Amino acid sequence: MTEQSEALTELGEHIADKMPDAVRKFEVRVGELTVYAERDQIVALIDFLKRDQMCMFEMMIDVCGVDYPERSQRFEIVYHLLSLRMNQRIRVKISTDEDTPVPSIVELHRGADWFEREAFDMYGVVFSGHPDMRRILTDYGFEGHPLRKDFPLTGFTEVRYDDLEKRIVHEPVQLTQEYRNFDFLSPWEGMTSQIPGDEKATTEEEGA
Amino acid sequence: MADDLKSVPEEDRTFTLNFGPQHPAAHGVLRMVMDLDGELVDRIDCHIGLLHRGTEKLLEYKTYLQGLPYFDRLHYSAPMNQEHAWCLAIEKLVGVEVPRRGSFIRVLYSELGRILEHLLNIGTFILDVGALTPITWAFEEREKLMGFYERASGSRLHAAYFRPGGVHQDLPQDLIDDIMTWCEEFPGILNTLENLITENRIFKQRNVDIGVVDEKTIMQYGFSGPMVRGSGLAWDLRRSQPYEIYSEIPSSVFPVIIGKNGDNYDRYVVRMEEMLVSCDIMKWCIENMPKGPVLAEGTKVSPPRRAEMKNSMEALIHHFKLYTEGFHVPEGEVYAAVEAPAGEFGVYLVSDGSNRPYRVKLRAPSFAHLQAMDHMCKGHQLADTSAILGSLDIVFGEVDR
Repeated sequence: MTEQSEALTELGEHIADKMPDAVRKFEVRVGELTVYAERDQIVALIDFLKRDQMCMFEMMIDVCGVDYPERSQRFEIVYHLLSLRMNQRIRVKISTDEDTPVPSIVELHRGADWFEREAFDMYGVVFSGHPDMRRILTDYGFEGHPLRKDFPLTGFTEVRYDDLEKRIVHEPVQLTQEYRNFDFLSPWEGMTSQIPGDEKATTEEEGA
Repeated sequence: MADDLKSVPEEDRTFTLNFGPQHPAAHGVLRMVMDLDGELVDRIDCHIGLLHRGTEKLLEYKTYLQGLPYFDRLHYSAPMNQEHAWCLAIEKLVGVEVPRRGSFIRVLYSELGRILEHLLNIGTFILDVGALTPITWAFEEREKLMGFYERASGSRLHAAYFRPGGVHQDLPQDLIDDIMTWCEEFPGILNTLENLITENRIFKQRNVDIGVVDEKTIMQYGFSGPMVRGSGLAWDLRRSQPYEIYSEIPSSVFPVIIGKNGDNYDRYVVRMEEMLVSCDIMKWCIENMPKGPVLAEGTKVSPPRRAEMKNSMEALIHHFKLYTEGFHVPEGEVYAAVEAPAGEFGVYLVSDGSNRPYRVKLRAPSFAHLQAMDHMCKGHQLADTSAILGSLDIVFGEVDR
């Protein structure tokens, strides 16, 4: 495990060395290398990773989005690449907000096509230079981006077949019982050694 | 009639055909809009998502243990292989060691799942190209295998048997004996199946040199599993990035099967051979299976034993907490992949340290494979599309998630 981590650190250093403009930082955790990259340099970086003799990440495994609503750049786009020759995996991350498009890597990896469409469908991140930016998994005419954290689990519309109108109708969701979201997080696990109210005493002391 | 055809101008011979979503050869709910030039395929536009259930969203609202059964519903013809990836991802973040017997049982059932899936694929694939008999034989064997699923987990399909830290229950000895007996009989049954298909002239005419996949396509589209091995690349996650006890299995028992030409026929042959290999691995697992616990005991991810709960208050509390609140997974992110029957099934898990995953991305092999339909079918006859689709091994549960 440690030997592998060392190899990954070495690889990360190599990438950061060769592509200083593109790589913000890298880290090795649980035996996996993550490279944090600049959004506008992503195509150059993926291209470098594909061609460099030490990397050879020729296979695109996955492209997906992650949503962090509290950040100013709320979306992370995560690329997973695999090198069959070096038997190595890498994860590349960039961030973006709701309006800024991400350069598409379809030119480099044909297989990224559907994955980018999925990320667009689920998060609303637009990929610039993508040949066919349509929704992929959701229904025809669907509105909204379901995997965003502010999209409710129950959704907004429900679908049923209306026997009178002889067609499928979309209606606002009506729940007979309110959706229950159990929060099992116990207050006891959040306990620290500090007793509530203590912090007041210390600030007063410091103030005095 | 013939005169009419002649008088049609060249450009008017192109037309659009809608295939599916309820076509028997669509393997579920695939809708393809095909642009045809006469009988040649010009372009295929796959419309997927008709089985989209929002698994990734649902997982964000469930505890790690509650999320597990969703994985059975992804690739529903080999459910346990999907659970496996989920368990591996959690174990990697939490840092739990699976006991050896648990590991052996996992491998045993993963290979069983592989046979389940390959039998389904080969049966339906051959059905797509016109042979009606093999699917009934294949499903007879599948039925027996599902019996083994049921005897281990209580459920024929949605097993929820692999748990973070091992497997839920130990296998009784008579079940292990029955699996062994089945493993000894199976190669013979496979042989009769092979006699019927492998050298069949019609089958060969439909599949040899159809849907050829070269190395460039593999790399470009991110193929995995038999789609890669059919083209002669010896890439198998069980060998190249081994998990569980795969690294211990000698190569005489577990060679990586590769094809030569990368066409439909080679992929079929690879799957047939892989079933034999899986059978050997199962036998090896049974012969070498150690005694001992199957679930990591004394960890926060596994429930306490029933007997313990009768005497220990802590065990009772732990049991209650585990099944209500669930266990907490340390903050971090991980990508865990297994060699599922169709190819690399990966789980990208982002944890924020709570009892529920922050984000789960399921990387399904069929999704990547189906994407290449347009590329693979271009210039082929219309009749070849169903053969190519059959050889891709598509299961819509995991394409649409």
